[in-house]
Amino acid sequence: MQMRTIEIVVGAFMLAGLISLAVLAVRVSGFNVGAETNTYSVYAKFENIGGLVVRSKVSIAGVVVGQVADIDLDQKTFTALVRLEINGDINQISTDSNAAILTEGLLGGKFIGLTVGAEDQYLRDGSYISDTQSAIVLEDMIGKFLMKQF
Amino acid sequence: MLASLRNLGQYGIDLLTVLGRAGSIWWLAIWRRPRLANAPLVIRQIYQLGVLSVVITVLSGFSIGAVLALQGYNQLVKYGSESALGLGVALVLVMEIGPVVSGLLFAGRAGSAVTAEIGLMKATEQLSSMEMIGVDPLQRIVAPRLWAGFISMPILALMFSVVGIWGSSLVGVNWLGVYEGAFWSAMQEGVDFRSHVLKGIIKSVVFGLVVTWIAVYQGYEATPTSEGIATATTRTVVYSSVAVLVLDFFLTLVMFNF
Amino acid sequence: MNSNGTPLPDNHILIEEVTFSHGQRRIFDRISLTVPRGKIVGIMGPSGTGKTTMLRLIGGQLKPERGIIEVDGRRIPQLSRTELFQVRKSMGMLFQSGALFTDLSVFDNVAFPLQIHTDLPKDMIRDLVLIKLQSVGLRGASKLFPNELSGGMNRRVALARAIALDPQLIMYDEPFAGLDPIAMGVVVQLIKTLNRVFGITSIIVSHDIHETASIADLIYVISDGKVIGSGAPADLFKEDTPRIQQFIKGLPDGPVPFHYPAADFRQELLDGEITSHAFFR
Repeated sequence: MQMRTIEIVVGAFMLAGLISLAVLAVRVSGFNVGAETNTYSVYAKFENIGGLVVRSKVSIAGVVVGQVADIDLDQKTFTALVRLEINGDINQISTDSNAAILTEGLLGGKFIGLTVGAEDQYLRDGSYISDTQSAIVLEDMIGKFLMKQF
Repeated sequence: MLASLRNLGQYGIDLLTVLGRAGSIWWLAIWRRPRLANAPLVIRQIYQLGVLSVVITVLSGFSIGAVLALQGYNQLVKYGSESALGLGVALVLVMEIGPVVSGLLFAGRAGSAVTAEIGLMKATEQLSSMEMIGVDPLQRIVAPRLWAGFISMPILALMFSVVGIWGSSLVGVNWLGVYEGAFWSAMQEGVDFRSHVLKGIIKSVVFGLVVTWIAVYQGYEATPTSEGIATATTRTVVYSSVAVLVLDFFLTLVMFNF
Repeated sequence: MNSNGTPLPDNHILIEEVTFSHGQRRIFDRISLTVPRGKIVGIMGPSGTGKTTMLRLIGGQLKPERGIIEVDGRRIPQLSRTELFQVRKSMGMLFQSGALFTDLSVFDNVAFPLQIHTDLPKDMIRDLVLIKLQSVGLRGASKLFPNELSGGMNRRVALARAIALDPQLIMYDEPFAGLDPIAMGVVVQLIKTLNRVFGITSIIVSHDIHETASIADLIYVISDGKVIGSGAPADLFKEDTPRIQQFIKGLPDGPVPFHYPAADFRQELLDGEITSHAFFR
């Protein structure tokens, strides 16, 4: 075959590789370019985070506005310290907002749902959310339910 | 007892010799003096190794993706979690089956061809005559093939995964009736570019290197007879397939933090 | 004169006390010979005496265990890989099979050394290739591929490729083997012409005694890892060492035994022990 043809075909092959990569990035892994460049961090303490993991989503009214960046144990109070990365354009979340660890579906993954409060002051980088609601642990709930029965 | 000990020692020394020779081929072909002038040779080899493997890779990817969707659906539907089908198929393809199966196909399709070609060049004294013309066959023949394997393999693995996911979506969404939005969103939710896709790519790069390296070495060291070339070709397929599977285990062990 | 300005030694190739073994088998045992500049030298001997090995030693594809191999005053075994590839540009080698690159046309085969080692413009390379092909009489075949050529033509193309860089030295490995009388005559004539016209030092490894003797200035007869006779062809024919006479006259048995060393024939037949490994299984 002519060298010229081979070059063109190889070029197409490489292009196909790049397109595959792009498909995997955007369509399959939902990779969002530049999403991490402009975020701010807020902190929240929880009694129990259940199955919350790093990279779990953070949502307001079901809309994803950020993700869980870090999970640490506060050694003084023995509560979970969670760092949330909120997208920079969501900058009017009031300081008295409530953060709750919720479950997707009955057995799905955990995520953090924010319910916005009424205060004029907004959360900024490094702020703490004081009003938090821990994960509902299924075993505890079943336990309480049984206790009520008897 | 003494004899078996000696055999073991002999085996060890032989193994070291093989590693040494294979390493020196590697060193002399690639790291010593990469040449831009050899780019057309690399392109030709990408055509031979990569482009000519596209059809078999894409076909296999499609059918494996489709089968994964069928089987996965059967199991998931019992728990009412068929919306996780896309996620499951995508993870399995991107991290494991994509790199591994396309690596095995690459070993069978391209690796054997490389060994046979180089072995035949050796048998017909083409390598010797090239040396006597003052051209190093390691640079002229071996290096372009190593580079081509290094470049082609990840592309093939990516194609495999993409086509596989497409195949699974055809079966899962269009045929078995999984809700399309759930299929894709669960996938996008669960698959992470850096911790899944990128690691799959790293695997395929390693497989590409190892398979072409084995193929080139077997060809270069083949006994220059028809029987010797046949043996070398078989060895390439066997050794590189085993190498892909064993390396996959260790790479998984290292990269996914076990 | 070479590039350093020092005069080149009279001997193009100097081999001194070279020992070489292939596995357990000793092929050369402290062998010494010289190849004078601009001459045709024949290296002859029965098959299996390592004549081709000698060419590979000179070309640096093999390294001797001991001894000196000098080409143009440069010690081949001591050269680095890069230097070796430099030195080889001034050598041409004609392989027995021709060893043309099967994926390249006749034209590209001959052009290959020029494209690699020179920066000549394309049309000049084209002219040079056509000149070389003309000199072996195959300019008309330039578009063919090696598998479309006969054995003799293959070898002639290989010769054109070997002289593409105008080497000072050409080594011919069995140039007459397996050729019909006409093709053989053509090759003999070509070797002679190249030597006489361009002064190229030529080494012919062969067991075709008459063809070699007809063009060689000097012949070495090798047997059992040693030079057993040397001299101009005419002198060599007169010499009455039994080994040389046996080789030159083509007697089947003599000092060079017809039989590979073996146990007594009658004894082995009587023993009835099966020695075949494949056939009787």
